[in-house]
Amino acid sequence: MSNIWIIAKRELQTFFDSLIGYILLVAFLGITGFLTWILGTDIFLIGQATLEPFFQWAYWTLFFFIPALTMRMIAEERKAGTLESLLTRAVSDWQVIVGKYLACLLLIALALAFTLPFYLVVSWLGPVDHGAVWCGYLGLLLLSSAYISIGLFASSLTNNQIVAFLLALLIGLFFQLLFDIMAGSSTGGIAALIHYLSFTAHFESISRGVVDSRDVIFFVSFTLLGLILAEMQLLKRNIVG
Amino acid sequence: MDIQVQNLTKVYGPQTAVDNISFDVKTGEIIGFLGPNGAGKTTTMKILSCYMAPNSGTVKIGGYDIFEQPEEIKKRIGYLPESNPLYYEMPVLEYLAFVAELQGLSKADIPGRMKAIVRMCGLNREKHKKIGELSKGYKQRVGLAQALIHDPEILILDEPTTGLDPNQIVEIRHLIKEIGQEKTVILSTHILPEVEATCDRILIINRGKIVADGSPDALRRAGEGEEMLTVQISGPGMNEVFEALMKLEGISSVDPLEGEHRYQLASKGGLATREAIFRLCVEKGWVLTEMTPIQTRLEDIFRQLTLN
Repeated sequence: MSNIWIIAKRELQTFFDSLIGYILLVAFLGITGFLTWILGTDIFLIGQATLEPFFQWAYWTLFFFIPALTMRMIAEERKAGTLESLLTRAVSDWQVIVGKYLACLLLIALALAFTLPFYLVVSWLGPVDHGAVWCGYLGLLLLSSAYISIGLFASSLTNNQIVAFLLALLIGLFFQLLFDIMAGSSTGGIAALIHYLSFTAHFESISRGVVDSRDVIFFVSFTLLGLILAEMQLLKRNIVG
Repeated sequence: MDIQVQNLTKVYGPQTAVDNISFDVKTGEIIGFLGPNGAGKTTTMKILSCYMAPNSGTVKIGGYDIFEQPEEIKKRIGYLPESNPLYYEMPVLEYLAFVAELQGLSKADIPGRMKAIVRMCGLNREKHKKIGELSKGYKQRVGLAQALIHDPEILILDEPTTGLDPNQIVEIRHLIKEIGQEKTVILSTHILPEVEATCDRILIINRGKIVADGSPDALRRAGEGEEMLTVQISGPGMNEVFEALMKLEGISSVDPLEGEHRYQLASKGGLATREAIFRLCVEKGWVLTEMTPIQTRLEDIFRQLTLN
């Protein structure tokens, strides 16, 4: 655990040393804030004290932002050669991957924490379903966790950050949107399977205020799978060099 | 800690980078891997430092197997990879603290150890700068510092002096020698004077195989099938001397050198030949003004062994 934390700490420090962390925070708050409060279809039109619009916008904002965070994590280290010096220290490949994952998740959690004033404002405006709000935040965190694992996996495949970014978006798009659409146009077992793989369905059921353990298990196991695939990419050097 | 390598092979696709090599390194030895580019030095070092696994063969470091207990080995090894990769956006001290923590130094030991390493590697004036802002020589020092920070028992340095100016090279070599008094050091280079200046033992590697193994002196002796002599004989004409020298037993070639009456001889006879040259001069009444045995240079041996 301590090794994982040492890696995560350094990654977090790098986020803020290289300004990526600040840019992400400002941009995330700016974009979601604008879309939630100022754009035409905003929260005031609904006439209900709910954070639903915010969760919907955050859902899409995170989809684009997380690959931008994860793209350099392994690709850049591989390119600069620092991956070699990192992996020859007294850490395992798994600890490196999990440390990087943890750093991203903490940064996203921080970004989400900064949106808590939204919650305060809404609850000041009217009676708010507190359960649904916390579930929405939990849903966003679980979703982010899955995207981080996709991003890390994409970053482990290449030494080019842009390729890693686009790859993560491409993989993410299937789970974000395409599976949902495909499920609608197919039938039977396949439709059920594709529907099960779609993030949208799982996220919506959580953000509606129902924490179903199946949804949580889905996101957690999805995250683990992504991280294991990323680790396997690192371990591949033992076979092909 | 000692290192035992047996029948190590690493294949990249169609290319065999390391081809069934075996060697032992004793504790406290400074050993130099010498070889042309692409000979397999770096691959061997990557395997020793547990970065990647070989296709076959065994490596035991201080009794630990690289397959079974890589974590134990990694804790005890300091490794400077070939291109000296560093996190350029981190300040020197922060980076060294990060490495020290990862290598398992206790929180209490870290400040003292860092201070010592910074002094040892001459980084005191640069310690607050970001690594990316340092000159190449200082980056190399940071590379050495990160390899040394946890006081490893084995130091693996892949081309430690590339990019340094002559003064820095001398300093780094001095540092390596100092460290090598207690620790096992493996370094690779294709700079020949470097191994001569620092190493107790040289492994010459070519195309994934070890082609020579021994101390610099032993290698030189092995390469000396023929002794080279420079002689200067003043007096008679060049042709006369040339012919007389050629007739002497044990001399295989005579090359007139630039300058007055100087010749380079290749002889097989050692001392006997030198005596014969002297007697020849006495007999003919020539004046022998110079006779210098030339050491076969390591360069020649290196070229001999690796050009084929």
